[in-house]
Amino acid sequence: MAVLVVENLKTHFFTKAGVVKSVDDVSFSVNAGKVLGLVGESGSGKTVTGFSIMGLVDPPGRIVSGRVLLEGHNLLDRTDDAMRGLRGDRIAMIFQDPMMTLNPVLRIDTQMVETVLAHQAVSKEQARELARNALGRVGIPSPDERMKAYPHQLSGGMRQRVAIAIALLNNPRVIIADEPTTALDVTIQAQIIFEVQKLARETGTAMVWVTHDLSVIAGLADEVCVMYAGRIVESGPTADLLDHPMHPYTKGLIASIPSRNQRGQPLSQIPGMTPSLLRLKPGCAFRDRCPRADAACETAPAITQPTPARALRCVHPLTEPEVDTTG
Amino acid sequence: MSSAGVESPFKRVAADFAESRLALVGLATLILILIVAIGAPLVSPQNPYNLATLDIMDSKLPPGGQSLDGMTFWLGSDDQGRDMLSAIFYGLRISLGVGTLATVCALAIGLAVGLVAAWFGGWVEAVIMRIVDLQLSFPSILIALVLLASLGQGVDKIVIALITVQWAYYARTVRGAALVERNKEYIEAATCLALSTPRILFKHLLPNVLPPLIVIATVQVAHAIALEATLSFLGLGMPITSPSLGLLIANGFTHLMSGKYWISLYPGIALLITIVSINLVGDQLRDVLNPRLQR
Amino acid sequence: MLVFIIRRMLQSLIALLVMSVLIFVGVFAIGNPIDILINPQADQAEIARATAALGLDKPMWVQYWEFLQHALAGDLGRSFSHNIPAVQLIFERMPATVELALCAMLMAIVLGIPLGLVAGMKPDTWYSKAIMAGSIFGFSLPTFWVGLMLIMVFSVYLGWLPSTGRGHTTVLFGVPVSFLNWDGIMHLMMPALNLALFKLSLLIRLTRAGTREAMLQDYVKFARAKGLSMRRIVGVHVLKNILIPIVTVIGLEFGSLIAFAIVTETIFAWPGMGKLLIDSINVLDRPVIVAYVLIIVCLFVVINLLVDLLYSMLDPRVRLAEAKA
Repeated sequence: MAVLVVENLKTHFFTKAGVVKSVDDVSFSVNAGKVLGLVGESGSGKTVTGFSIMGLVDPPGRIVSGRVLLEGHNLLDRTDDAMRGLRGDRIAMIFQDPMMTLNPVLRIDTQMVETVLAHQAVSKEQARELARNALGRVGIPSPDERMKAYPHQLSGGMRQRVAIAIALLNNPRVIIADEPTTALDVTIQAQIIFEVQKLARETGTAMVWVTHDLSVIAGLADEVCVMYAGRIVESGPTADLLDHPMHPYTKGLIASIPSRNQRGQPLSQIPGMTPSLLRLKPGCAFRDRCPRADAACETAPAITQPTPARALRCVHPLTEPEVDTTG
Repeated sequence: MSSAGVESPFKRVAADFAESRLALVGLATLILILIVAIGAPLVSPQNPYNLATLDIMDSKLPPGGQSLDGMTFWLGSDDQGRDMLSAIFYGLRISLGVGTLATVCALAIGLAVGLVAAWFGGWVEAVIMRIVDLQLSFPSILIALVLLASLGQGVDKIVIALITVQWAYYARTVRGAALVERNKEYIEAATCLALSTPRILFKHLLPNVLPPLIVIATVQVAHAIALEATLSFLGLGMPITSPSLGLLIANGFTHLMSGKYWISLYPGIALLITIVSINLVGDQLRDVLNPRLQR
Repeated sequence: MLVFIIRRMLQSLIALLVMSVLIFVGVFAIGNPIDILINPQADQAEIARATAALGLDKPMWVQYWEFLQHALAGDLGRSFSHNIPAVQLIFERMPATVELALCAMLMAIVLGIPLGLVAGMKPDTWYSKAIMAGSIFGFSLPTFWVGLMLIMVFSVYLGWLPSTGRGHTTVLFGVPVSFLNWDGIMHLMMPALNLALFKLSLLIRLTRAGTREAMLQDYVKFARAKGLSMRRIVGVHVLKNILIPIVTVIGLEFGSLIAFAIVTETIFAWPGMGKLLIDSINVLDRPVIVAYVLIIVCLFVVINLLVDLLYSMLDPRVRLAEAKA
């Protein structure tokens, strides 16, 4: 049963310079206990997607159309107050940089207890108990000491665990994690990913893991959606997608991972740059950089389903015979 | 990447500045005031300090009153029979003159001191900055009062007091900005080219330190004018022979109770408009030149 | 923590000492020192006698030493016009000034911080822009002119409030205060408002700038993601962050408030230290001037020390950094 369903979501930013279509017709769904990876470069719209689901898009941005269904109810129909009740309770978010997201002048326990008290009618002591347990679950030793500390007294990995603990406090149905391990070293990264995966399975929480790092996705996500210039260009089960990418962009992303490189060979890159979302031309957004592009790509490709589990937005997928001219 | 050519920073600043209508109003008002102040002898209906033209019988007339020789006192007359409008124009001249002169001198001194402190570092910088900090921890009015109490009265003493009050602020700002710039690579490059120190200081460091200074100087002119007005009001400022707006207001203070408000009110409004315009312009300049608010 | 306090106190003492030297040198170097200590109407014979008696023919550093000794004993000369020790005179007038300054500071804080918060949270609304425009007027208007206008409106035209003096005072812990009786309050209102206006505008602008910056921070977005109410976010998260620089400013500005009281006291004939200073300058009562400056300097040093301590108490990052050092 899908806990979170996003249907044709469009979030645009109405700036002085023009309309920026950060999220342009995005659809996906996540089941309980599963992890969905949302992959893309900076500016692909993945963070804005997360904020749109949470209802945290600020002016000049606005959700223009689409539906976001949490356990069947459309979040976009909710009032601000109702949304606030859901945030931190049924649906939680973990941000990228825990130093900036934890308030530097408030103690850890203050910031955890207030999250509980905002949504549950319990006493302060009970809230502290819940906080302590949550810290234990994310693997923080001697939680009592940590709770009395200030954010800057903890290491980066520790702070991020606290952020995860905060997200888990009220047993949400969905957690959106926006690049939570990007700011950490690789070893801590691995630990945290492991913990998160374990917790998701144990609690049955659905997760959306936003990242630009394909290697994280490979080890963590059950399903992947690849985003480019505000649209999902390919999606499917992780192993299948990584082994048999169908969109040229996905293939380019996989190829550009340094560890896949042969020693001494030049690193593979996708030529060109991500287009400015202000001046998007109609048609496939990737065609200026795609070796397989031709006149057919000037109309925006519709979503196709080459197999029941895979979705694709491309008229020249890699399963076709080679069309590219570069050779 | 961008289609337009590189536009001069001055044009960009001007365009950004013009985004605020309030600031433009302030700027227009300021220009008007400057014209009036500089051309006071030309635009005033009367020279209020030429005793030959005054008649004591004209004194304390309300706004709109007529003088004995047919001149209209648009804003009334004071207790000596002087036309308030003319007195205000001349007063503007003096207030603006003193304020601007003091600010410019303080700016020059502060600039030099700050650059020296930032460039040479070490104990030179430490000593200078201790002095600056010490002075800045005391309110300007106190320093000015004590100085004037010891030095006595006179226009030059006032200017000295105003300069003394202001220079430390510039010195600290310049030194801060210069320290940031000094660590940047273009200075290193200039040093490698063995350019002489004064040359580096003036041609390379100075232009980059200027923007925050411009903002501060603008607002400080307003502050200097207000301070001079306050000092004159307290009787320690400008002598009666060259009355600034502050002195005019002080003169009118005693007549306030008897209902002859115009002797104090209109110079006060003139002072107010001047200071507010300067602050409006300075405010917008600060927002425009602030790198952290760059869109 | 204790080390921190002791270190700051030592620094303050050194600053005080340096200031005393500066004042001594300044006062004694600029004018004829005998003028400081003797009634300007004295004749030649008296001057000669006093010069010897006061030891003004001794070398400078001996004089400074004696000056310091006298100062530490609380003796800074006698006022000419009042004929009582200068220090005593100033301390008599101090409560009036301090009460005025405290009242003004309170007004500025109670009005300024909430207004600034509102202006910072919704910077594009009409009332926010009105608050900002008002604040520009607030610090552009010279204090003395506002005082005049207040008197004109409330005393001359409306006749609601008295324009001079302190009115009836009651004694609290041995010190006469105005705010405990209605007549005193009526006399206190205009001067306090006058003095408060500048600081009020400053606080509004400061709070607004801090709030605007704070609202853009990640921790605010995170707090919203946790589902906290706006009231809690602004009242706890934002406020605690912006309070730190604001408290520092308030503390430092308190000293300047006492100084600017000079103008307000003159206009409203409020019998405080400031008015005393102006009167003394006008009659060349130099012992009082010197005493005033020295006492104010002491006050400033003490205030700076207290602000430093308060700052370290409020910002946990500073406290811990000091503890490690």
